[in-house]
Amino acid sequence: MQDFGDAFALAGQLLVSFDPDLREIVGLSLRVSVTSVLIACLLGFPLGALIAVGRFPGRGLLHVFVSAMMGLPPVVVGLMVYLMLSNAGPLGSLQWLYSPAAMMIAQTVLITPIIAALTAQVVADLNREYHALFQSLCVPAHRRVAALLWDARFSLLTVALAGFGRAVAEVGAVMIVGGNIANLTRVMTTAIALETAKGELGLALALGMVLMLIAFAINAVLMVTRARAVERAYV
Amino acid sequence: MQQRCKVLAWITVIWGLTSAMAVAENSAPSIVLQSTTSTANSGLYEHLLPQFYTETGIRVHVVAVGTGQAIKNAQNGDGDVLLVHAQSAEEAFVEAGYGVARFDVMYNDFVIVGPADDPAGVTGLADPVAALQKIADTGSVFASRGDDSGTHKKERSLWWATRAQPDAASGRWYRETGSGMGATLNVAVGMGAYTLTDRATWISFKNKGEHVIHVEGTQALFNQYGVILVNPERHARVKAAEGQAFVDWIVSDRGQQAIADYRLDGQQLFFPNATVK
Amino acid sequence: MSERIALSALEDTPSLPLQACELSYVVGERTLINAVDLTLLPEVITVLMGPNGAGKSVLLQLLHGLRVPTRGQVLCAGQPLTTAHRLRQAMLFQQPVLLRRSVAANLDFVLKLRAPEDRHAERNRLLGDVGLLDKARQPARRLSGGEQQRLALARVLAVRPRVLFLDEPTANLDPASTALIENVVRRVHQAGTKVVFVSHDAAQGQRLADEVIFMNHGEVLEQTAAVHFFDAPTTRSARDYLAGKLVF
Repeated sequence: MQDFGDAFALAGQLLVSFDPDLREIVGLSLRVSVTSVLIACLLGFPLGALIAVGRFPGRGLLHVFVSAMMGLPPVVVGLMVYLMLSNAGPLGSLQWLYSPAAMMIAQTVLITPIIAALTAQVVADLNREYHALFQSLCVPAHRRVAALLWDARFSLLTVALAGFGRAVAEVGAVMIVGGNIANLTRVMTTAIALETAKGELGLALALGMVLMLIAFAINAVLMVTRARAVERAYV
Repeated sequence: MQQRCKVLAWITVIWGLTSAMAVAENSAPSIVLQSTTSTANSGLYEHLLPQFYTETGIRVHVVAVGTGQAIKNAQNGDGDVLLVHAQSAEEAFVEAGYGVARFDVMYNDFVIVGPADDPAGVTGLADPVAALQKIADTGSVFASRGDDSGTHKKERSLWWATRAQPDAASGRWYRETGSGMGATLNVAVGMGAYTLTDRATWISFKNKGEHVIHVEGTQALFNQYGVILVNPERHARVKAAEGQAFVDWIVSDRGQQAIADYRLDGQQLFFPNATVK
Repeated sequence: MSERIALSALEDTPSLPLQACELSYVVGERTLINAVDLTLLPEVITVLMGPNGAGKSVLLQLLHGLRVPTRGQVLCAGQPLTTAHRLRQAMLFQQPVLLRRSVAANLDFVLKLRAPEDRHAERNRLLGDVGLLDKARQPARRLSGGEQQRLALARVLAVRPRVLFLDEPTANLDPASTALIENVVRRVHQAGTKVVFVSHDAAQGQRLADEVIFMNHGEVLEQTAAVHFFDAPTTRSARDYLAGKLVF
């Protein structure tokens, strides 16, 4: 197809010329998504571990709830965050709507359930192996959680990456709460949506390829890290 | 292990702070302009706003959505200025106290575009209502915005004047995309459908395929844009001074001239017609 | 329970003798441990023997508090088993469960739990005891099977247990690693720790045991001095077992 050839050429050209607009958009995409992933990990790792090893009433219900939240459509999340941050909403005084902060909140809400649910799975598996040891040593609950999370660190890296993938590829939520404002809240995905709307399909595709390239690079780094961990039987 | 956890925590904190600082850097005076995809996608703002910025030092953050959503957002106070194209809805907005006052800014016109082979035979018709009637009669596919935007409101008003009942044909020849103008044009080109679009979006649209303009140039297709300052009495956080500066500028001679100067592929996209100076 | 338990605070909790009173453990229809009464005295190394499925491991886990008995109770110095007692017990499993960390970090995990005065010196002493000092920085799960079990042993010793349970710890090991572990166990016993060792290996029993407990079908059939057990077992099951026959 004509478009694909053009798009490849354009993507290469964009990358080689190190276009400042592109740099800004890519930079914001990474900043928003990485921040969201970090916050989501800070929340989701302990939450997932708690679901995996905790013994408290409502644990099953919480697990079901978190798993169900994984399927939350981004647009719904965007709408909820918009209603919260809107000047007519409860958090309007923060003046965060149409800012990167709003996009970070939306993405954090979106991926925390994913990270928590996947973490619960990973930690539950590991806990099956460690349980007798912890019992024997009378390890207090919070130390068990910390030890399980640390020992699952390479699996959790993959979990975080799954969250990052969803965050960086997401368009519906950030479009609503960020507004796709040029030089302020325009990220890769909203830029792609915009170029598509303008009929600039080649440029949109080229941006998509740049996004894929970034995802590829991050995955490659993770693979190497994981391979080293496997070598040392840390996975 | 704890040591490394601490290191991770610090990295997170530092990352967060640098992010926050990067956001704070953009804290020059700024306003949010709730506007339409047609004006934003045409590149008009890239032409106007740098000029406004050099003259006033105010940055304008454009949120480009359908007119219906733009008005809704402005009602929530999530914007300082509204620049859209649905005059009656705009007047109702001011009437209800959400806006201070409405001013004409500029106009262009709507056009009916469709496949070059023109299965409905509407080319050259002077009356867009008659054209839509023929599209309905022949059952030719028509792509509607279906999103309560200014263009959609215009299209509905044209259909209303026909005898056709597009809603009854929804999903058959009448297809509501529920999307912006650009997305709807992509759909129309993709399935060989007719659609109503503003001329600016059409000229700047790069994926025209085999589509051409069939109906244009009548009073019925007139497309007026208006500007409104969101009422600071309604929403205390509206940046009234900066917003007013933008309204004043865009209806001023300099702003009007800037609009007239904007050309794409040698064509003027918007025609200034502010009456207050 | 506080996060770190200073060892000195525990000195006052006597752990021995360890007693099982009418101890039963039932899972569904199956009675795995049936009304076991026994007393384990501090002075001797006790080796638990018996055919597969006799209930040796389950009894060990009941005595260590890893399982809650269906009936009866475990007594430590006449008091019901509590966390305070369990903190001075330790168990070595047949399959070492090592953390996904370095050799040193595996020890540090336990040392941090019990907070001895000089963690670094303690770690090096323990690693020296099991001959792993030069492998401190290596990933624990990349050690050989024998080294892994030695590390696991060093880790349970970090608890400074009053009672040490070992559940067939040398079943998968070569003779050299087995000998090293037996030597360490003997030293620990001489230093005052009660040792309860499950083994299938009659030769190992003869090497280690002061007293033997022979079990079958969840019941204790014999508890006797090792010399008597290996020379003249009183029950037919024990005779068959030592003769290498199937025991019913």
